[in-house]
Amino acid sequence: MGEMEESGMDSRSGAKIAPCGTPDLRVQIGSLALRNPVMTASGTFGYAREFENLVDLDQLGGIIVKGISLQPKPGNPPPRIVETACGMLNAIGLENVGVDRFITGKMSYLRKLSAPVVVNILGDSVEEYSEIARRLDGVEGIAALEVNISCPNVKKGGVAFGTVPAMAARVTEAVRQSTTLPLIVKLSPNVTDIVVMARAVADAGADAVSLINTLIGMAIDPISRRPRLANVIGGLSGPAIKPVALRMVWQVAQAVSLPVIGIGGITTANDALEFLLAGASAVQIGTANFYDPSSAENIVQGLTSYLQEQGEDRLVDIIGTLKTGTD
Amino acid sequence: MSEFQQKCSILSRDCLAPDVFRLTLQAPRIAAVAQPGQFVMVRVIEGLDPLLRRPFSIHRSFTNGSISLLFKVIGKGTEMLARRCVGDELDVVGPLGNGFEFSDERPVCLIGGGMGIAPLLFLAEQLLRTGRATGKDHVLLGARNKDELAPFAEQFSALGYAVQLATDDGSIGHKGFIPDLLDFVLSTVDQVYTCGPHLMMENIVRQCQQAEVRCQVSLETHMACGMGACLGCTVNGKRGLVHVCKQGPVFNADQLEWSL
Repeated sequence: MGEMEESGMDSRSGAKIAPCGTPDLRVQIGSLALRNPVMTASGTFGYAREFENLVDLDQLGGIIVKGISLQPKPGNPPPRIVETACGMLNAIGLENVGVDRFITGKMSYLRKLSAPVVVNILGDSVEEYSEIARRLDGVEGIAALEVNISCPNVKKGGVAFGTVPAMAARVTEAVRQSTTLPLIVKLSPNVTDIVVMARAVADAGADAVSLINTLIGMAIDPISRRPRLANVIGGLSGPAIKPVALRMVWQVAQAVSLPVIGIGGITTANDALEFLLAGASAVQIGTANFYDPSSAENIVQGLTSYLQEQGEDRLVDIIGTLKTGTD
Repeated sequence: MSEFQQKCSILSRDCLAPDVFRLTLQAPRIAAVAQPGQFVMVRVIEGLDPLLRRPFSIHRSFTNGSISLLFKVIGKGTEMLARRCVGDELDVVGPLGNGFEFSDERPVCLIGGGMGIAPLLFLAEQLLRTGRATGKDHVLLGARNKDELAPFAEQFSALGYAVQLATDDGSIGHKGFIPDLLDFVLSTVDQVYTCGPHLMMENIVRQCQQAEVRCQVSLETHMACGMGACLGCTVNGKRGLVHVCKQGPVFNADQLEWSL
């Protein structure tokens, strides 16, 4: 056992790196430069400190923290999660400490990390989104904002911002005017045509889009005849949604000129490569952080190995190189 | 506090009763720092279904670097875990959570129901090891029948605890529930530690409150991460929701909302 651990550590510290040099994993998301394309997705990595004993945070391309609202949110009543085939449903209800306590309580740790920190923001009105962005603007140590538009618009009867192009555009514009930071808009897959949504936020000033957020789903306990989530419905994530996410990333990458960040069930380097080949400039690791905290680090290593095996010097050269048809 | 992700060889696998298993794992880094009441998250297979790790209390921790887990087959995850063999490796994260608080209030009473017995053996051994056992400490154990209870009764007795048993069918000890036995014991102890079915713990908490005896409870919930990231394992606390994985799994009973 001890020996096996040792050899495992050796491969991580570089013993397997080929003499010809390490491939260049750097990617660019608008003005945001990442040392590698592997980020951790919002809501699956806490405020990073939760993972400091298990993950070498210096290996990550970027860290996207738990979504922040203007006021603290207690979240939904339990039960909040249920496992499904190759996935899980969650209805956490966006529990978070609120923007002010985030700045005073979480940023001092986060700004010391070498990985760029992206703050995910959410609101129930356009004004709330811009107010959060204003409060975060100028806070040292924040590399970019990611706007979660899957939240219900309370003033419009609870319709999710991310399902109506005009509403998604208004949120994007409002945040754009409130911050100088690079702006990533995280798209909901629960729409008829995600390309329409991507175009709407691109035209409204987004610097990049990330997709997909969770797919709305449900599970029922036949014995009690009750839904397994107190909230009845929740968001499906994990490997179960990967094919859907990949299809959407491919469609959006072809349709818009903005950088695309792929999210959805990524567990291995091969999963990440599928998204990169489909046109994503970077990826986010989500649910895998729960069942395998080492997955993000392992994916970084796996991408390096892939590029070496393929004789590629730079990761950017493989982005969007999917071969279709007869080419 | 420090936790690790380790590949752990299965050193032994014992079927203690129908559907009840004990696995002993080589987990030196976890065993070195584990405290009674803490838990580990185990990946039962390497595949993606079931996807999530399963939480298990640490049942025993040994100075030779191994830990034991105790579980009953109740679903797909535990069924797959029960099929793993000696020599297989399991991916384990831990130790996680806060663990029981050792107080100066003693003698104590340890109360376990069903698989809730698991963390209490570790606690009983640690009380002895650290010189906290008084010789007047009690252990009350309950389960469905003799098969599920007898193996543990002997272990606690061997440590010098006064053990009383309750079974649903009366095949060993008192026929009925643990709370039936508790009233006689409560007047002689200053601290109760309990883990087991929620209804059992609710009754015990009520009795402890009436007798003004401090009570620590170890809770079980569904968890995705075990590390305070997913925020999925909430329960109702007196002052809002609390997270079982990070703020627990052990709580002082008066921190929580009880329906009784």
